[in-house]
Amino acid sequence: MSFEQALRCRECGREYSLAPIFSCEFCFGPLEVAYDYDGIREAVSRDSIARGPATLWRYEALLPCDPAYKVDIGTGFTPLIRADRLAKAIGLDTLWIKNDTTNPTWSFKDRVVSVAIARARQFGFQAMACASTGNLANSVSAHAAAAGMDAFVFIPDDLEAGKVVGSAVYAPTLVMVDGNYDDVNRLCTELAGTRPWAFVNINVRPYYAEGSRTLAYEVAEQLGWRAPQHVVAPMASGSLFTKIWKGFQEFEKVGLIDTPHTRMSGAQAAGCSPITTAFQHDTLNFVPQKPNTIARSLAIGNPADGYYALKVMEETHGGAEMATDDEIVAGVKLLAETEGIFAETAGGVTIACLQRLVASGAIRRDEETVAFITGGGLKTIEAVQGKLVEPLRVPPSTAAFDAALDARRAVAAGGA
Amino acid sequence: MASKRVRFTFEPDLIKQPVIYLMGHRFQVVTNIRMADVDNSVGWVVLELEGEATEIERSIQWAQEQGVRVDSALGDVVEG
Repeated sequence: MSFEQALRCRECGREYSLAPIFSCEFCFGPLEVAYDYDGIREAVSRDSIARGPATLWRYEALLPCDPAYKVDIGTGFTPLIRADRLAKAIGLDTLWIKNDTTNPTWSFKDRVVSVAIARARQFGFQAMACASTGNLANSVSAHAAAAGMDAFVFIPDDLEAGKVVGSAVYAPTLVMVDGNYDDVNRLCTELAGTRPWAFVNINVRPYYAEGSRTLAYEVAEQLGWRAPQHVVAPMASGSLFTKIWKGFQEFEKVGLIDTPHTRMSGAQAAGCSPITTAFQHDTLNFVPQKPNTIARSLAIGNPADGYYALKVMEETHGGAEMATDDEIVAGVKLLAETEGIFAETAGGVTIACLQRLVASGAIRRDEETVAFITGGGLKTIEAVQGKLVEPLRVPPSTAAFDAALDARRAVAAGGA
Repeated sequence: MASKRVRFTFEPDLIKQPVIYLMGHRFQVVTNIRMADVDNSVGWVVLELEGEATEIERSIQWAQEQGVRVDSALGDVVEG
């Protein structure tokens, strides 16, 4: 059973019936799903959720779609890992990693697409579409394949090979747009207005975005039905960041956790940091930027939810940081070397910004912190290729191996 | 007739300039402001432009030449 009631404008509060629309006709503000929280409170309990499947569908009462239309390829209920070695390395007492690299297409986008495709099928759409720098493309392609739907997937023509293959294998209509980032934006905005597709982050965006709340639900459940003291999450459009906070608030509203006092901090790449830059200038008005960063999955220069992300930081007394490309690579390596988790560049952004936030005192050592790692590293191996310790190359003899190992250790000792 | 929803961003040195007023006089476009905010560091306006498609594009190009950043009111539709 689902409890969505209407779409409501986040700016002026006008309500609309549940339809594939995304902005208010009066003020052009974004629409968001409104729920019957009293009904949800009656319908769910900690026990009923715990008895559910080990996927995001254990929270189906809180999702804005009829579960009968779901396309379940195993998304969600990803591990929450206590990261003691990383915590020690960066100066925290308690750090958790929410590892969303384990989703079916190795990124958190499977959460939002799961909800978008269920709602699209409920609306009667026959085709899904998206414009993406990789992760969303992969997820839409996979879910559409599993549903037997057509998929139109638009990507820039300079994408990492892993992300191209990660879509092509599901056989969507994959379109490499010969043009820059602005050209892809313009083309897809025009197509979205004229084609009978469920464009996941345009006409079904109000539903799609709600899938990110399941990250907060899972963290709260996995922590023993409570919210953490601090969250560090990557920011692209800002949607994920705002929905994590919304998820904690909703769990309180329906009686599953106590009042959350989580401080929300956001992470961006220095080469695309409109939200962090606005935060650092103490304004809610961001200035759009032209992205130039290796963290392609966070490269959104004109973030649709940037204002709302800044509001969440203000409301929760959180913070924001940005990381250079070198720091991003270092962050990927630090997470891998301390916790055995290979993240894509967005994960490097999160770890590097977490380090900065701790170093500056914005996160206190004793604040229990959850860092969200939203995509797997095999998609962006180009970022770390040539920056890792080279393998030992030896002929097949024990003596040669020992000599090479001794030489490597001597170099390491000399450098230490 | 066509219409386009856009977001104009003004840097501080442009905030006092009547760019939208002038746009409506120079080009055959109707400018319909729906949301706006201005502070000391930046100002933005979300508005709908109505007119012939070519005239809308000409007016946007002119605004950009004045130093206004013009983006889709939707935000970017390309995602990660």
